[in-house]
Amino acid sequence: MSLALVVGVLVAGGTFLVLQRGMVRIAFGFVLLGHAANLVLLSAGGAARRGEPLLSIADLATAADPLPQAFVLTAIVIAFAITIYMLTLAGAGEGDDDTEDRR
Amino acid sequence: MSPALLPLVVIVPLLSAALLAVARHVEVLRRAVLLGVSAFALAFGTVLCFTSWDGVVIAHAVGLWPSGIAIPFVADMFSALMITVTALLTLLCSMFAIVSGDDRRPYFSALVLMLSAGVYGALLTGDLFNLFVFIEVMLLPSYGLIAVLGGRDRLPAGRLYVAMNLLTSTIFVAGVGLVYGTAGTVNIAELAGAAAESSAVAAAASVPLIALSVKAAVVPVHGWLTSTYPATSPALTALFSGLHTKVAVYAIYRIYAVVFDGGTAYTGLILLVLSLTMLVGVFGAVGQESMRSILVFNMVSGIGYILLGVALFGPLGLMAGIFYLVHHMIVKASLLLSTGAIEVSYGTDRLGSVSGIARTEPLIAAAFMGSALSLAGIPPFSGFVGKVAIVKAAVDEQQIAIAVVAVVVSLFSLMSVLKIWRGVFWGRAHEDEVHAVSARRPGALLTHAPRTLALPGLVLTVVTLGIGLGGQGMLVLSEQAAAGLLDVSGYIEAVIGS
Repeated sequence: MSLALVVGVLVAGGTFLVLQRGMVRIAFGFVLLGHAANLVLLSAGGAARRGEPLLSIADLATAADPLPQAFVLTAIVIAFAITIYMLTLAGAGEGDDDTEDRR
Repeated sequence: MSPALLPLVVIVPLLSAALLAVARHVEVLRRAVLLGVSAFALAFGTVLCFTSWDGVVIAHAVGLWPSGIAIPFVADMFSALMITVTALLTLLCSMFAIVSGDDRRPYFSALVLMLSAGVYGALLTGDLFNLFVFIEVMLLPSYGLIAVLGGRDRLPAGRLYVAMNLLTSTIFVAGVGLVYGTAGTVNIAELAGAAAESSAVAAAASVPLIALSVKAAVVPVHGWLTSTYPATSPALTALFSGLHTKVAVYAIYRIYAVVFDGGTAYTGLILLVLSLTMLVGVFGAVGQESMRSILVFNMVSGIGYILLGVALFGPLGLMAGIFYLVHHMIVKASLLLSTGAIEVSYGTDRLGSVSGIARTEPLIAAAFMGSALSLAGIPPFSGFVGKVAIVKAAVDEQQIAIAVVAVVVSLFSLMSVLKIWRGVFWGRAHEDEVHAVSARRPGALLTHAPRTLALPGLVLTVVTLGIGLGGQGMLVLSEQAAAGLLDVSGYIEAVIGS
């Protein structure tokens, strides 16, 4: 339940920021949306079992599902790279970071 | 071909991209590697087509992990066909970019190779999460390319492009999470028919499908495409039009056919959306005033045609859709490269800024006219075969209204390309005017386009003519690709049994 609430709050904040005109705000909005997506991925593996998914340490009954964790790790790396790129785009060009002003 | 060789088509472009990122100042090496690797992928795709003849599916578990854990690379006729066509387009667009000077921009060759690696990976992978990763591998270089190449609108366009694609990727990956949560796997072969059996899986799997529809620019979410593509360079527009939206279309075909088993619950709604896509795209095209905007709007309309195949489903519908997909990729790239040759030489793509191109540039005019007629569906070009197949599939499925829309839309698309013909190719060639226009680009006072710039478009026009005249051959290939989507037992056996 708390996971679902956190995802909801993150998506609400992210959606608000992504709908702004400035590129920096859009970038921050995507950081929030990315976190929300990562939490969705994590919750797909179930939140009840939290043991380390290492066969020699934890037994199968308590070990967490390693696959969603691998998904999240991959997604975090990609989101990190894109966030940096978006901030670069916001800084590039002269003047402000407005996305609407085309002329 | 041995299945173990499948990952090569991703590894080779990726490693070459790394090489070119380091050795980017050696022009000969840069060009040779860019063209050589694209030619390699073209040969690879052709061999794959022979390998997957008659429904043979080959699969390789990357890293030799046991099946169920491994990420499978799977090749059947559909993916082999797509790899062949995308490699051909990458090769010709790269040639165009070398002549037009785009490849002198920093990292251009490396980014294009990285992009193509992502495309081939997305076409081969048999895993939903891996599909997300390869789509990102395809998109990240595109973000860089779109921000570097193009006119003064490129930065706003780049920002819009990144924001839109990142949003859909986020939705896609969240959808993959939902699929994993409901079905317990993201392996496409293991998901076969899962959405048809369980409505929870169907709801989860529809989230990635919706994200892919945005990436494919289906109306009403097509606005990002029509406002970003015309802002970049001509070579890049042609490359993106051939690759990006079409990978999304490929994934829609694959997921809908395998995971949903071609469910018919929402066929009416889907057909309505696709009719709107065809109509809005073509009416948008008729209203535009520059060559590339017209062609990009026509692309939206073409997406509607292509996806009709998967909406109608059945052997005939899928065959028609896959045939039209191949035809559309080739023709659209040809048109964008021909008009791009004019834009690069004369410095403008506004209708009416230049005239009489038919006299001064007969090669470009011939290439454009051939592909324009093909786009509109006039025999003997491939568009005729494709449109007849689509209309016949619609009539067979009792969807008369869809058939009527498809015919009406092709008349309007003829009108939109004739608008380009009238605005640019017809009329007298005014030498003074041509000089005045090209003088706007300092250092590029060209009155004629070099022949090598017209060549890529012309090659693709010849290909569409060939597919039109020898329509039976491509129809057989499309039929085999469609059969692989209808009967997925070969696909499943190759992945899970290997």
